[in-house]
Amino acid sequence: MRVNWKSYNPGKFYDELISSPGYARKPARRLASYLRSLNHEDLLRKKTAAELAIKTMGISFTVYSDAGNIDREWPMDIIPRLITASEWDQTSKGLEQRLRALNCFIHDIYNDQKVLKDKLLPADLIFDSGNFRKQCVGIKPRYNVWAHICGTDLIKDEKGQFHVLEDNLRVPSGVSYMLENRRVTKRVFPELFDSNYNIRQVTDYPAELLDMLSSLSPRQVKYPSIVVLTPGIYNSAYFEHSFLAQRMGAELVEGGDLVVENEKVYMRTIGGLEQVDVIYRRIDDLFLDPEVFNKDSVLGVRGLFNAWQKGNVALANAPGAGVADDKIIYTYVPKIIKYYLDEDPILPNVPSYMCVEKAQRDHVLKNLDKLVVKPANESGGYGMLIGPQASKAELEEFARRIKANPRNYMAQPLISLSTVPILGERSVEPRHVDLRPFILQGAKSYVTPGGLTRVAMVKGSYVVNSSQGGGSKDTWIVEDF
Amino acid sequence: MLLSRVAERVYWQARYLERAENTARILSVFSALLMDLPRGTKVGWDTLIQITGNEKDFAQRFKQAQERNVMRYLLSDRSGVSVVDMLAQTRENARTTREIMPTEAFELINELYFMAKDRAVQGVDRGERHELLEGIVADCQQIWGLLAGTMSRDDAYSFIRLGRSIERADMTTRIVDVGSSNLLPDIDDKGTISDTREPYENVLWMNVLRSQSAFQMYRQHVRQRIKAHEVVKFLLQDEQFPRATAHNLTTMTKVLSKLPNHSKVTWQVGKVRKMVREADVDRLLRRGLLRHLDAVQLEIAQVHVKIADTWFLPNK
Repeated sequence: MRVNWKSYNPGKFYDELISSPGYARKPARRLASYLRSLNHEDLLRKKTAAELAIKTMGISFTVYSDAGNIDREWPMDIIPRLITASEWDQTSKGLEQRLRALNCFIHDIYNDQKVLKDKLLPADLIFDSGNFRKQCVGIKPRYNVWAHICGTDLIKDEKGQFHVLEDNLRVPSGVSYMLENRRVTKRVFPELFDSNYNIRQVTDYPAELLDMLSSLSPRQVKYPSIVVLTPGIYNSAYFEHSFLAQRMGAELVEGGDLVVENEKVYMRTIGGLEQVDVIYRRIDDLFLDPEVFNKDSVLGVRGLFNAWQKGNVALANAPGAGVADDKIIYTYVPKIIKYYLDEDPILPNVPSYMCVEKAQRDHVLKNLDKLVVKPANESGGYGMLIGPQASKAELEEFARRIKANPRNYMAQPLISLSTVPILGERSVEPRHVDLRPFILQGAKSYVTPGGLTRVAMVKGSYVVNSSQGGGSKDTWIVEDF
Repeated sequence: MLLSRVAERVYWQARYLERAENTARILSVFSALLMDLPRGTKVGWDTLIQITGNEKDFAQRFKQAQERNVMRYLLSDRSGVSVVDMLAQTRENARTTREIMPTEAFELINELYFMAKDRAVQGVDRGERHELLEGIVADCQQIWGLLAGTMSRDDAYSFIRLGRSIERADMTTRIVDVGSSNLLPDIDDKGTISDTREPYENVLWMNVLRSQSAFQMYRQHVRQRIKAHEVVKFLLQDEQFPRATAHNLTTMTKVLSKLPNHSKVTWQVGKVRKMVREADVDRLLRRGLLRHLDAVQLEIAQVHVKIADTWFLPNK
């Protein structure tokens, strides 16, 4: 049986592939007709081949559960997602602009605090934030950049317009899967890479990351010593830590491999101690250094913070960068862009209500069943309320939580995420997606062409997190034609 | 410079891979041996358990050391010593050192593990066994070939060679154990072999050589018909044959000279090497070979202790 686009019906949602049943959007036409040329059985065979490739390539992620941690194969839907180059170029500018402004903001917060003196936002919001690190006050990292690697989540609304859902400035993950998804797609659909589409390559990312990290080195040496600091093999993103270290030719280290002496960081090698210049850390702030943060941390390195403060080692991202990825601060980002750069934001936020402000809070409490409520400092989609899908008890529980701690919550209307086709058991079916591009900032800036598309594999669901049953897709930025 | 933790993992990765291969080889030779013996001959399957040093654990799991139980224990069960377990360990160490190994090496190790895991249970039966064991040995060889063909001769490669050599040096002494143990019935108490048994002894030693892919090389270099003392000398003392104990100890000496702070380890390797090279095999075969091999194994274990002390746990 052939793929039948006439029976593919995304309903009221914006579908990125078709404009109405049977009619593909212009950039997607070649993909749609190529898929139509295949039997559903052919597609399922390709799906099996992709799953096998993922298994043998060892592309995995770890799921935490009561029964122990399980190494699972990475879930990927084989049908690629398309975005045109012209649309992407504009989006990419917006992402770069956003990160530049956020870095100005973080640097200001830990230094002059002009933004607070000018009352752009209430000072309490900063000082009460769980991500504000008072130990960082007065520190001036190279280029005044704190968040060197950012993963910004984007969604498309009913009109197909990109909006920023959140910025991840602490230890964003997913970029290795973006790269591996492309590798798998090349194996599965080599025909499509032929003449059908001119697809922007993503493989440069590790080289760009290495250049950026090298640009942070305090020692001016030709080949600075760069390490990726991982919490270890039981971390859910261990695959990615290892992958990036391998692709950059950097050492993958655990806390126990590092030691601080004379305010400098060294790694333990078979030939003795060797100085480290740049640490791409994939450990949360609070576990970095038991002397300064969480005293019980066994993942970190004693004395690391001080070595960084003295400028003897670079940390990416810098401790404290998370102060700007709080979901309440998020609501101020358009103003932050205007304030620091005197530019209009290129990418819009999703409209948001801050529960800390009374009028907005009352609106949220009155309309809880229509809104999505998010806590300020959670990630991975945990601790969220999706109003329209919640039970009465859940709604009441969230109303209580918001009243008890309004600063910790913000709410957004439920945006109807765009859909793209996935390969189901019997046919292609529409599913909701988001997109996480990765932005680098050091001596210069870089944005990945596309990013990691996450897809809610369950019909109607908005939950795209891989830890909760989400899948992923290869994302193609294709030249317009 | 190589991280101590990574050095330890690549070293163990190589050891486990070599151990998986050698266990597969031993199971393979034992199974082949059966077919060459007269029908009804009882073979001591428990010898295999002794060689791997797991009598106690085995006794807790099984009542009898007969073929099926021993095959399960050493091939398919999650006993901690089976081929599948060794490959799982190899894979785990490879998974945690992916950043420094060739990508294809991890993919091959990964595939081999899944293949062995999926087919091991069928391999317990004689019908599927040969093909499975040969397949595992061939895949291991492919992985070694890939590493040799794609890795720079850096410190990481040195630790892979150290791991493989120490494991081979040790395993070959254990395989000699197989040949010289009381495998066959009717050996009298003095350990001498009556005339009627001699043909079977030769069959046994031939299979021991085959398990190490050593039969042809033995033929070419020893130019003697298969005789116990020549085979034992070849497997323990030959400097040219890559699976011989002496050759592996010599290899270790060469590899060690390239690593920093190697003197304690080199000294210990030299000690074992002397024991192996200067052993009077003819005399030992009459009396005391097993005890000598035990002593060699203990000294090889000390080599490992010195390696760990020198490089794996510095400053701790």
